[in-house]
Amino acid sequence: MKKASAKTPLSLEELARNQSADDSEKWDLRLYVAGQTPRSLTAFANLKRLCEEHLAGRYSIEVIDLMKHPQLAAGDQILAIPTLVRKLPQPIRKIVGDLRDTDRALVGLQLRPAKN
Amino acid sequence: MRTPASQRYISLIYHHSMSTSLTLQSNSADRSLPKAPTGIPGLDEVTNGGLPRGRPTLMCGSAGCGKTLLAMEFLIRGATEYREPGVFMAFEETTEDITQNVRSLGFDLNKLVRQKKLALDFVRVERNEIEETGEYDLEGLFIRLNAAIDSIGAKRVVLDTIEALFSGLQNEGILRAELRRLFRWFKDKGVTAIITGERGDGTLTRRGLEEYVSDCVILLDHRVTDQVSTRRMRIVKYRGTTHGTNEYPFLIDEEGFSVLPITSLGLQHEVSDERISSGIPRLDRMLGGAGFYRGSTVLLSGTAGTGKTSLAAHFVHAACERGERCLYFAFEESPGQLIRNLRSVGIDLGKCVEKGLLNIHSSRATFYGLEIHLALIHKMVQQFKPDIVVADPIGALISAGSRHDAQLTIVRLIDFLKARGITAMLINLTSGGDTLEHTAVDISSIVDSWLLLRDIELGGERNRALYVLKSRGMKHSNQLREFLLTDHGVELLDVYVGPEGVLTGSSRMSLEARERASAMAAQQESDRKARERQRKREALEAKIIALRKEFESEETESVLVASEEVARKDRLEDDRYSMAVSRGADEGNGNTRPRRKLNSK
Repeated sequence: MKKASAKTPLSLEELARNQSADDSEKWDLRLYVAGQTPRSLTAFANLKRLCEEHLAGRYSIEVIDLMKHPQLAAGDQILAIPTLVRKLPQPIRKIVGDLRDTDRALVGLQLRPAKN
Repeated sequence: MRTPASQRYISLIYHHSMSTSLTLQSNSADRSLPKAPTGIPGLDEVTNGGLPRGRPTLMCGSAGCGKTLLAMEFLIRGATEYREPGVFMAFEETTEDITQNVRSLGFDLNKLVRQKKLALDFVRVERNEIEETGEYDLEGLFIRLNAAIDSIGAKRVVLDTIEALFSGLQNEGILRAELRRLFRWFKDKGVTAIITGERGDGTLTRRGLEEYVSDCVILLDHRVTDQVSTRRMRIVKYRGTTHGTNEYPFLIDEEGFSVLPITSLGLQHEVSDERISSGIPRLDRMLGGAGFYRGSTVLLSGTAGTGKTSLAAHFVHAACERGERCLYFAFEESPGQLIRNLRSVGIDLGKCVEKGLLNIHSSRATFYGLEIHLALIHKMVQQFKPDIVVADPIGALISAGSRHDAQLTIVRLIDFLKARGITAMLINLTSGGDTLEHTAVDISSIVDSWLLLRDIELGGERNRALYVLKSRGMKHSNQLREFLLTDHGVELLDVYVGPEGVLTGSSRMSLEARERASAMAAQQESDRKARERQRKREALEAKIIALRKEFESEETESVLVASEEVARKDRLEDDRYSMAVSRGADEGNGNTRPRRKLNSK
């Protein structure tokens, strides 16, 4: 169970507060893929759905195809494909996989607390 | 994130195609396995030419055994010596750390990176940053590797340590499948790769990487026995080629990695008929008149303080005078101390050192393990190329290992030196209680010449003596010689052997004095006799002269008497004549003057 602290403002309580107080917080997401593989298409579709459900209107998704820009892989320490990187809000979070498991994806994005 | 190194890659189009990864290795049918030389001294000999080219090699070992360094040196030497650029992908250390770590070994990674001979990439895997959801693969890693390889045209790749992925990613099934794909991909790509792995409990690697890398597995080991550490390596397997199967000691020093393929080199070395002086003319005469054979092994053994080092110093000094190169391993004295002490017996090794002909290497025997000692000796011999090697004292090596190990080590050392035609002088200290003809490490049977130095206690003195116990291939003296250490070096003297036994030192001198005295007396006696003879001869000759004179005078006398008789007769006739004349006798009776005149003289 993650403890609430100043550095992780998106804990459950704060998230609730934020959502009511500051719904305009910008979410900057980056999805790393390698070519138009079925898996990357799935990942993108899952991400899109998830964002529409939870972050409607205040997110941006940047898809980076490492096939075209291999040099960008090092910057975010990308190993696995697909990887979703939450650039904003801080801190950076990474979610690898095709985001099929919505619950885990939400936990990864800290839109929902991890349940143990 | 601290990955400025990642900015070094230039953008390249990624050509990797998944479909090729299942095609079979085309060169697997080749009879002779192509190899990528490592350039690391010794390793290429052990592997018969290097690591399998275009295939991954697993380098495993426990923490601190030198995996990373070996892998890095493989890349650096590949880049600088074989024009094969390399990619180093680190999973545990940042590129800055690695650059710093190898700088201490004299490698400048930044320069190689600038010259596009080397690419460094740090892959950080942090589990607490990563959430896994659904299916994924490691295409990102492939892309990064591929980009790095293509950016410099790399032929060699190191992954250090890919097992870090296991701690960062949870789905082992995916990981294992991807690793398998990665190693196959290396083969397709034709890069020679080293994958390092931490040694596991009872397995070669903690995560069983040996399952995937089946072409070549090298195990590094760092053992500490009796507080002395030794690094060893072993080729666990090397598919498709012959290789050395022993455990080979290796060194990591300021020049990097070196493996020492120290095996028994066999007895096929060439022999020399050349003889070299021991530096002591008298000793040379004892050794069949000419000294030791070049390339032979000489053992000098003796109790403490019998002059072993001085004798060796003579040998070294004489060699340096001839312009030969000598390497002196002193396990008990520092070079300065050795030179000072030998100056007291009139041997100046300092000059030999100045001329660069002599290299004295001092190290405590316990400072390293036996193999490392041997390794160091190997290395120095290869660098210095000496004609003569002295190890003083060889028995000190026992303290660096067990007796058995020490013996093996020395046998290897002797073989190694013989194979190179280097004359070796091994000094062995016999401890007081031991029998003299017993070397501390039982090597007496494999040496060619054995000089024994011993002390003889007699008449309240302890004197040194030397003899040649054995010397193969020459007619050596069987005699004991007294051995003196003088201001001008070693002197060998005959010992006195007589009714009173073997005498040395003062006893010998007093006996020699007594002998001298009696010899002098005998001489005087014979001189006296000679003088007497002379006197007798002179007396005899004087007598002869006197007799002759006597005879002569008698002879003269008798002549005188005869002439007087004649004169008397004449006078008588004259008288008779004159008487006749005065009597007036006639002239007819024959008493005439003319007749007298005829008879007279």
